[in-house]
Amino acid sequence: MKLPDLTELALRNLRESLLRNSLTTVGISVGVASLVAMLSLGIGLQQLANRRLVKSGLFDTIVVTSRRDLHSFGHHDEDNGPVPAESPILDEPLRVAIERLPNVLEAYPDIRFITELRFEDKPHLTMVAALPASAKSNDAFEGMPGSFFSSDTAPEAILQKSFAEELLGKTPKPGLDETKAADLAGPLLGKDLILKYAQRQAEANPAPAEQSSSEDVAGAAYSVVSREQKLKIVGIADLDPESMRGPTRARVFLPLKLAESLHVMQPTDLRDISSASGDEPVYSSISVHVKSPKYVQPIENSIKKMGFNTFSILDASRSIQQFFKVLDVFLGIFGSLALAVAFVGIVNTLVMAILERRREIGIMKAIGASDADVKKLFFAEAGAMGVLGGVVGVVLGWAIGQVINFGTNVYLKSQSFPPERFWSVPLWLVGFAIVFSFFVSLAAGLYPAGRAARLDPVQALRYE
Amino acid sequence: MSLAPGTLPSNGSPAIRTQDLHRHYRMGQTEIHAVDGVSLQVNAGEFVALLGSSGSGKSSVLNLVAGLDRPTSGDVMVQGRNLAQLSREELAHYRLHTVGMVFQSFNLIPSMTITENVELPLRFAEVDRGKRDDMAREALARVGLQARTNHRPSELSGGEQQRAALARALINQPKLLLADEPTGNLDSHTGTEIMNLVRDFNQQLGMTVLIVTHERALAERYAQRMIFLADGKMIGEESCASGKAAGETLQGARP
Repeated sequence: MKLPDLTELALRNLRESLLRNSLTTVGISVGVASLVAMLSLGIGLQQLANRRLVKSGLFDTIVVTSRRDLHSFGHHDEDNGPVPAESPILDEPLRVAIERLPNVLEAYPDIRFITELRFEDKPHLTMVAALPASAKSNDAFEGMPGSFFSSDTAPEAILQKSFAEELLGKTPKPGLDETKAADLAGPLLGKDLILKYAQRQAEANPAPAEQSSSEDVAGAAYSVVSREQKLKIVGIADLDPESMRGPTRARVFLPLKLAESLHVMQPTDLRDISSASGDEPVYSSISVHVKSPKYVQPIENSIKKMGFNTFSILDASRSIQQFFKVLDVFLGIFGSLALAVAFVGIVNTLVMAILERRREIGIMKAIGASDADVKKLFFAEAGAMGVLGGVVGVVLGWAIGQVINFGTNVYLKSQSFPPERFWSVPLWLVGFAIVFSFFVSLAAGLYPAGRAARLDPVQALRYE
Repeated sequence: MSLAPGTLPSNGSPAIRTQDLHRHYRMGQTEIHAVDGVSLQVNAGEFVALLGSSGSGKSSVLNLVAGLDRPTSGDVMVQGRNLAQLSREELAHYRLHTVGMVFQSFNLIPSMTITENVELPLRFAEVDRGKRDDMAREALARVGLQARTNHRPSELSGGEQQRAALARALINQPKLLLADEPTGNLDSHTGTEIMNLVRDFNQQLGMTVLIVTHERALAERYAQRMIFLADGKMIGEESCASGKAAGETLQGARP
């Protein structure tokens, strides 16, 4: 029998026992709906978590540190590198080498130091960090009051909100709504800030080290000079752009090139003085920006082979990803349970249909229907119920999701949280659910169809 | 009365020939010999009636010839092919294209309209949708059923239903018409109409007809030859004067 005929006959037969077949189809829809609902919740939660992580702007960043340093991130994977004492130094040539690795967008030194800043003649001590020009696209700086640095060398500064509050003498009271960055921008933007810092100056003449270094170093000595740099406040960042760094996070940001030109004395200078060659800067750590999060792992590996420690947020997020994978599987299993019930429903309905239509099957065989024709007809009925149930189920699942989304957001709003999307029904899930439902139904039709096809026509015709 | 097939009126080669045909059923501990060594022959274009009381095995023989059932042993040759050796698939093809069947209880599918019932074999034969309507209308016209063809069988009289069943049997233009008590559920007037139609098929379309009945009068009136069965065995045969094509007036005694 041809497919259009088959479909037509199948739909006709489904209409004949409308109530029973509708109930079976509803059973399938509920199964599909629960599957769609469960998977949508899993996908939605994962997307929510990922959105948060990607927003941090650090998903595609690797921090490289020398093994000579303390293992500040608790990593001890030194299985394939030189021992800390022989580990290479993170200097400019190495930064360039890392930047030349495939899929690396940029590698910039992490310049951060604690120093004193003067605002309206009052001293404030805080951590200062340098930002590369690429940080402009970071979510933390998009839409902040003010603007990003006008150039990579401009004597400008962006303040973190809490530091801005400190400058204005406002201390946020716990429990109350935090001050908006925009409220702080008015009195601060365009104002000057004096950065006081210690500059490292290479000396032409070897001299006894001014610091506590006990070694006599020839040709690589330097002196430390106190300097000041005037900075214009150009922006107030509301979000914490460096949440990953925890206690060492900076509250004032400078353009990277400007920060480099300052030659600020770094803590590692003391130790690296023995091997550093004069003017060449040595970095305590380098941030590597890669094209996309999927390159993080391979690049991390190749940097480790160069003899450095690395850290990326992917390390931290991997367990989160794993959690969602497991969650998805469990939610999928619960969703499938409902579909399994629907499966039994289809088998039951079709077996009943065979008993009821035994005579009809006998007639069809008597006038020339082959086993295959009868089998296909029952398959078509199962498949039609599957597709119908699948479509209705997807709509139902989507509707359940919308209702729960809406309900949750009403609750979130009452708790003064911003609305979120917990529920996501991607197009592939729609297609997958319908196709899955179709095949599950066909599988359910397997036994009844085979049984109908094997029916002995003589016996079937005798049946009243 | 003669038992030798060769002496019987014949206007062609054998269309149906059974050879020592057996069909045994097992019912619990006992074996029922529904067909017990039947050897019969029906020639092409012939109108033959199978007569016997209920349980004589006449319907079983018909089912074997129709390819609905398989013999326990023996052969069923139809147009040179041994049905006993055909696969299930080949048997279905044989039923679809070589045989048309009518039953006592009409056996129309209740959920379909008359037209849909008539064109159902065309769907199995994968005939194009466009051609099907014309063919169904033509077949229905031949059996004199033109009104109410879009009604379901239950809305029609028994005679009309049997006409529809005849139209369905004709639709694939088979060579053989097999009828199992076609008038059993009809009053005598309607039964006559149906039998007249069957005779038309035999005479005008040249179909070979094998009909199962227990009404001797009906068989004598329409068939060219009668074959008598009892307890699954052939107990005799007889030519009828009424058969137009028979051209003989062999009036045999009742066996």
